Amino acid sequence: MSKNVLVYSTPTCPYCTKAKEFLKTNNIEFENIDVSVDQAKADEMIKKSGQMGVPVIDIEGSIIVGFDQEKIKAALDL
Amino acid sequence: MPNTYDLIIIGAGPGGITAAVYAARKGLKLLVITKDIGGQAALSGNVENYTGYQFVPGPQLAAKFEEHLRKFNFELKESEAVKEVKCENSGYIRIKTDKGIYAAKTAIIATGARWKELNALGEREFKNRGLTYCATCDGPLFRDKTVAVIGGGNSALDAAIQLINIATHVYIINIASNITGDRIMQEKVAKNKKVTIFNNSRVAAISGDKFVNAIVVKRGGKEEKISVQGVFVEIGLNPNSEIIPNIEKNKKGEIEIDKDNHTSIPGIFAAGDVTDVSEKQIIIAAGEGAKAALSAFKYLTRQA
Repeated sequence: MSKNVLVYSTPTCPYCTKAKEFLKTNNIEFENIDVSVDQAKADEMIKKSGQMGVPVIDIEGSIIVGFDQEKIKAALDL
Repeated sequence: MPNTYDLIIIGAGPGGITAAVYAARKGLKLLVITKDIGGQAALSGNVENYTGYQFVPGPQLAAKFEEHLRKFNFELKESEAVKEVKCENSGYIRIKTDKGIYAAKTAIIATGARWKELNALGEREFKNRGLTYCATCDGPLFRDKTVAVIGGGNSALDAAIQLINIATHVYIINIASNITGDRIMQEKVAKNKKVTIFNNSRVAAISGDKFVNAIVVKRGGKEEKISVQGVFVEIGLNPNSEIIPNIEKNKKGEIEIDKDNHTSIPGIFAAGDVTDVSEKQIIIAAGEGAKAALSAFKYLTRQA
């Protein structure tokens, strides 16, 4: 069964775009959350990750800050 | 002998990409090694001084560069970090990365620059906890908050202009007696009621609890605490020149080049923000990249 993946991002952040492209390339379905227009979700992201940088990727509760390919691969068993 | 090339370009910002376009068109056996594509251009706000684009967001301009780059047939190693560039006795330039070793007859160093740190108390502690070096990336998270931009040049003004539309108030903390950015940007900032400029001011400390809640500003011997939730550090750049130790550099660590982009080592060229070129601009880095590629091509022709 595929894992539940959330990407907290802003439209202007290049590492967010790269992270999303990486997931697409690997056929991983994810929900993109634009925190620049959703303050409640931005707060949720800050609470989950303990910091304010984007992107934050939540893979079944394991939180990855930034576009860290190795950590994403590990969390998704790629 | 590892894989050998006519030319290896290190870095794929505006300088490296333009160099690659020129080199690929010359038909050189080319390898580009880079950590990311787009460089600082991809992290810029709105670009209004790249000829042909009256207005283009930095990430969009970087995407156009990348699209152009990928039209050509050459080898590209992405997400790969160069560790060392060395000249061999054989005349080949040896490039060691975190993933392999490559050799080439010529190389172009186009590794750009990275944000300079403030060296203020609390800077490390609050990085990504309200303190950031990338307004384009993280700016939108500061909606309806009070923020401070540290710096007084174009990148500081660029950050301030982006933040005016997001934050409730923007302080600009500038160490010099005047703002030095482009007049057109200065005007945008100066006439906005949401902006307060502190000249002759230095940030002594960043404080907070879990996240930033204030900065301590020193001005004329007096210290003042200003309540802010965001701090954007835009005080200039450090060149990414550490990978090549035995080359002439200036005091700032920038690689010294002549007007044809030669460095002090024959066969090694450099372009853009990593060099001592007089101005650090996207269009200048691109132009320098073109020059470096043409110089490398001439050098190869002479060697052949």
